[in-house]
Amino acid sequence: MNFAFTEDQLLFRDTVREFLAGECSPSHVRAAAAGEGRSAERYAKLVEMGLTGLTVPEAQGGLGLSLVDYVLIAEEAGRAALPEPLVDQIGIVVPLLIPYAGRAEIAAVLEGIAAGTTKVAIGHPCDPFVADAAGADLLLLGDGESLHLVPAAAVRLTVETSVDPLRRIAAVAWTPGNETLITTESGLWERALDLGSVAAAAQALGLAQTMVDLAADYARTRQQFGKPIGSFQAVKHHLASVQVAIEFAKAPVYKAAFTLAPRDVSHGRVAAVDAAALAARTAIQVFGAMGYTYEVDLHFFMKRAWALAGTWGDRHYHLDRLARMVLSDDAAIGADATFAP
Amino acid sequence: MELRYTPKQQEFRAEVRTWLAEHVPAKPLKSYDTKEGFEEHRAWERVLNSGRFSMITWPKELGGRGADLIEWLIFEEEYYRAGAPGRVNQNGIFLLGPTLMEYGTPEQKARFLPRMAAGDDIWAQGWSEPGAGSDMAAIRTKAIRDGDHYVINGQKTWSTRAAFADWCFGLFRTDPESSRHHGMSFILLPLDTPGITRRPIPQLDGEPGFAELFFDDVRVPVENRLGGEGQGWNIAMATAGFERGLMLRSPARFQETARRLVQLYRKHGARVSPAVRDQVLKAWMDAEAYCLNTYMTASRLIAGGKIGQEASLNKIFWSELDRSMHETALSIYGARAELLASGVDEADEITRWIKGFLFSLAGPIYAGANEIQRNIIAERLLNLPR
Repeated sequence: MNFAFTEDQLLFRDTVREFLAGECSPSHVRAAAAGEGRSAERYAKLVEMGLTGLTVPEAQGGLGLSLVDYVLIAEEAGRAALPEPLVDQIGIVVPLLIPYAGRAEIAAVLEGIAAGTTKVAIGHPCDPFVADAAGADLLLLGDGESLHLVPAAAVRLTVETSVDPLRRIAAVAWTPGNETLITTESGLWERALDLGSVAAAAQALGLAQTMVDLAADYARTRQQFGKPIGSFQAVKHHLASVQVAIEFAKAPVYKAAFTLAPRDVSHGRVAAVDAAALAARTAIQVFGAMGYTYEVDLHFFMKRAWALAGTWGDRHYHLDRLARMVLSDDAAIGADATFAP
Repeated sequence: MELRYTPKQQEFRAEVRTWLAEHVPAKPLKSYDTKEGFEEHRAWERVLNSGRFSMITWPKELGGRGADLIEWLIFEEEYYRAGAPGRVNQNGIFLLGPTLMEYGTPEQKARFLPRMAAGDDIWAQGWSEPGAGSDMAAIRTKAIRDGDHYVINGQKTWSTRAAFADWCFGLFRTDPESSRHHGMSFILLPLDTPGITRRPIPQLDGEPGFAELFFDDVRVPVENRLGGEGQGWNIAMATAGFERGLMLRSPARFQETARRLVQLYRKHGARVSPAVRDQVLKAWMDAEAYCLNTYMTASRLIAGGKIGQEASLNKIFWSELDRSMHETALSIYGARAELLASGVDEADEITRWIKGFLFSLAGPIYAGANEIQRNIIAERLLNLPR
């Protein structure tokens, strides 16, 4: 039993944090929202750092790392509100494709993802929109239980506008065919949902922390009644409560990345997304009227958190699923059921 | 990261489970906040000690097992699973014990630790005073040096276990000219010392879990001071860290409450509002989260890390979780939730939830009120101005 990240994992996380602080600061995010939304230059740097190949097997030119390595990186992507579609690819698409890497065409796709030359978007049949469908070379889509890898040219997109100015979403129309079919194996979309939930949860942790940090920064400098508002207990206690929620969402998310067991995934996902919602609600209150403007950066993080909250099975879906796994008469619960033997 | 127990850890769990199955009293003991129950619990501490299960994290030469924190978590999981009695000795083994090991002289360790382990000395806490609750630096009770003794005058209050305990540890002002957190010393004293008057204070459940202590020219030898004269505040902060931190509130306690709550819901769920379901799920998730978080902290400490502000985060989380779990349970019982009686099984179970609920209301208050903890998080973790 060792519930800890290795020094290497933490060091890599710190490197990515530092990189994103320089290349994807809130002002970069603001500039992206005002401009094209995606930066080819930044994406090239992510490729150069090996991040697009983080979970891609070494045989396909990736780093061959695990979801435990990845979860810390996804958290950092959330912390920076990274606009580029890194997390969905390395956290959902790649793990789904790895079992089929023995096929030359799938191996080539994995190589392309690692090298940054191929972009693959994924949409769960339960979600109405596919993120970053526009701009993708291929789309991983579902028809019933089966998994299809569909070329961009073979789908029709209806582009929609997200509350998050940096999310590019589209409804996708397509016709399943044998030429796009990867497998009819059952359970893959359940797995996709679990992977997507871990991705959303990890990003929610990072987003929540940034919202607290931005609000704390503001509370240190904003003066009212002749004092920084951060010296008032009402403000302190609000932010401390959010920090508590964030801290106790972390371990469930990390455990979910380790086990990918549905019960762990739903727990981590609900805890982290709830913490991010609390962070958003609290941070805007601390920012006061400034928080209600487009002019402070807070809203980019709030909007990402709100948008992610409904994807990959919303709160109700995960609570219902958890209820079946925890409250049913035959479910094993209690301290000796926490870790699988 | 490896979230599986090693074969050695599994063996340890099996050993604990077997031993507890053989030794845990079949009939629940009386509350340790009664005279008779206190002695029953002392006897249980002796049984635990005979199996070297009294304080497993203590070094072997002091009667412990030198267990690491993961083994401690396993032990606690089995302890709560077995429904073993509450620890009347917890002020000693989890608070004063670690403090003595860090700050005590070899003589003090030899004098106090084995008797503590054996249940011969049960310890009470002596921090709060009528004018010093959350603001502990406002302590006024004086311990004035007179040769090789201190002479103590003043009053402590809300002293946990002091109604029946043998000894007391606490903070006393040894420099009468000092103020705030300067000039205080950490002193250990027997509660039967002449000049001490105890007035037990009934808690919400009517039983005297704590007491007021009045000191009237109480003479205590200087060798009963732990650490240097005037160093009391820093030592007390270390003790408070143990209390808010890992050892005193084992996750298993809250997981056991969550398990009982889930069972209660399984029985009555069909009858109650659907909104209760989400409260029960939240209780289960939060109890699990507290457990997982503790395993993370334990893993980090085993690897040589230090405990930091998580003590304050923990304290807020478990105390508010405990209260909300009990509230949810009582809401499931509806109109029967006032049934304080015994004799039938269900009434016993309701009574247990009611007593647990009353006790849970103390959680957000003692060991540093949650408002103080939120200040600490805001100021030390989020760097907000004082």
